[in-house]
Amino acid sequence: MTLPQIFFAYFAVALTGLSLLVVTRRNPVHGVMWMLILFIHVAGLYLFLNAEFLAAIQIIVYAGAILVLYLFVVMLLNLKKIEKERKFQHIWIVGLLVSVAFLTLLIPLLGKFSVYPPPGEYSVERINSEGQIMTVGRVLYTKFLLPFEIASLILLVSIIGAVVLSKRKLN
Amino acid sequence: MFETINMKILLPELILICTGLAVILLDLVLRKKETVAFIGVAGALLSAYYNFSLMSLGWSGAVFQNMFVLDGYSSFFKLIFYISLIITIFISLNYIKTERVSSGEYYSLLLFSASGMMIMAGAADFMVLYLGIELMSLSLYILAGIMRERRTSNEAAIKYFFLGAFSSAFLLFGISLTYGLTGTTSIIEVAEALNRLGPAGRNITLIAVIFFVTAFGFKVALVPFHMWAPDVYEGAPTSVTAFMSTGPKAAAFAVMGRVLFYAFGALQLQWSAIIEPLSIVTIAVGSILALSQTNIKRMLAYSAIAHAGYASIGFLPGTQEAFAAMINYLMIYIIVNLGAFAVVVIMRREGIMGEELSDYSGLAKKNPLVAFLMLIFMFSLTGIPPLAGFIGKFYIFMGAVEAGYTKLVIAAVIFSAVSAFFYLRVVVYMYMKEAAEPSVLIVPHSVKLVLAFTSIMAILLGIFPSVLLDFARASLLG
Repeated sequence: MTLPQIFFAYFAVALTGLSLLVVTRRNPVHGVMWMLILFIHVAGLYLFLNAEFLAAIQIIVYAGAILVLYLFVVMLLNLKKIEKERKFQHIWIVGLLVSVAFLTLLIPLLGKFSVYPPPGEYSVERINSEGQIMTVGRVLYTKFLLPFEIASLILLVSIIGAVVLSKRKLN
Repeated sequence: MFETINMKILLPELILICTGLAVILLDLVLRKKETVAFIGVAGALLSAYYNFSLMSLGWSGAVFQNMFVLDGYSSFFKLIFYISLIITIFISLNYIKTERVSSGEYYSLLLFSASGMMIMAGAADFMVLYLGIELMSLSLYILAGIMRERRTSNEAAIKYFFLGAFSSAFLLFGISLTYGLTGTTSIIEVAEALNRLGPAGRNITLIAVIFFVTAFGFKVALVPFHMWAPDVYEGAPTSVTAFMSTGPKAAAFAVMGRVLFYAFGALQLQWSAIIEPLSIVTIAVGSILALSQTNIKRMLAYSAIAHAGYASIGFLPGTQEAFAAMINYLMIYIIVNLGAFAVVVIMRREGIMGEELSDYSGLAKKNPLVAFLMLIFMFSLTGIPPLAGFIGKFYIFMGAVEAGYTKLVIAAVIFSAVSAFFYLRVVVYMYMKEAAEPSVLIVPHSVKLVLAFTSIMAILLGIFPSVLLDFARASLLG
């Protein structure tokens, strides 16, 4: 096995293990902390694809903003009592069966990805010669302009929703 | 590097979105809150006018590098969305005041949800499709929970949000598998890539199709993904339930048809085989579980599940003819369902919830016209000739029988007869039971307009069925 393959194997196994750790912790703050490590490993995955800019953005946005949002919610919920309870109760057997069924559906597919799609127009050399930020910006504002604008509308709807559902009554 | 973008194609959606933005801003300034609703209706009518004039002038085509199209397929569904949006605004006018919901945000969220649906119908790329679904769904999650003091409304919003987010995860999984195989997210290019790959790529694509059907099954409330529908429909405000059971259902069918027919057309036999057991189980569960419901919104929720099952029979033959029958069925069901919910909205008065079946006792003596119109809607939902519901079911069953699904159609007809029990039970309560208290029913003018439109369409589409069906066939061809 070559060195990149060994590193990728570590990242893959670590990501799977970390995501399991995030959802099974009794203390929600512990779960969020494991999620931080999970996000940093995902940034490592982006580095395998030669996307340094995206790796940096992943850490800034996910670990910096989204994780902090999670912590705010955990703080507002004030979960001192609930963290001592056992998670999942008896349902975990059903969850395990469904996951095993899911995996038996997906694992045979792993070998079938032998047909590769044709390479796209943005090869690694072209991106590195033009600069990562420039390429992302150019594609985002020309080819993917419509999805970008619809995403901005979704953010507006979220803001309206947050205000409507939680504002104080002004009587 | 820069190509001129044919912005005209996006004009209907842009008008609706700008109307939504204007509604939020003008709500702060205007004193009479109904004006905001009429601005919404005006925006919807303007958007509809531009949509159909663009289509008739032949301006259809793709924009933004084939990410969004304006064609006959999307225009038919947009007609359903416009009808759903305008009728919902009309029936909300008085209901919002009774429930003390802030009107600016309510109407703007309705408009944004409708824009999301229109983006879904016109999407030709998986990313635009996903974003349209999210825009529509996020607005609906908020609308379902907008009566903040009511615990059932909060419960409805949370259940809808969790299961909607879960289904979006499945949708993204399907899109990513398809992207991994074909290298593109554009629907037409996926179809071309699948043709090039031949049988080698079929296995992975089949798994992706299963994920897509799962995700769309959640949105449409096919069994076994239907668990959210009764609680959400019961807890949400009635006008929002009217909107949820009509527009978004049609939008989910629109994207299902777009993805299954245009992107995965090569796998038609496989996904027909997947949808076949889903549709019959949906019809069975919807019809049987509605038998024991006493809350009319819950009963209409199970009826919506059953009708989604009937409509999905239109996917099985895999022909354009059967799909035309399916969109015909959807249009008829949506008009009639909006009429039924208009009656449910009238029953909500100051101090009386009006959601139990017993509230309908003796309605024939209190207000004979409303009772008669509810009778028309219930008969049409059952599928009794000469009303429109019969015509919708007839064409779908005919298409399925011609394709060889005889046993399925026999089972569907049996469950249709079973469903007569809970639809006609409402009629029995209205006509043959005594009223509990002699309170007066006030029918606002806007709801009178809605009831007139929906009941006349229910009768006319039953007597002149070919008008709508020919329009459906023509729009599918382009």
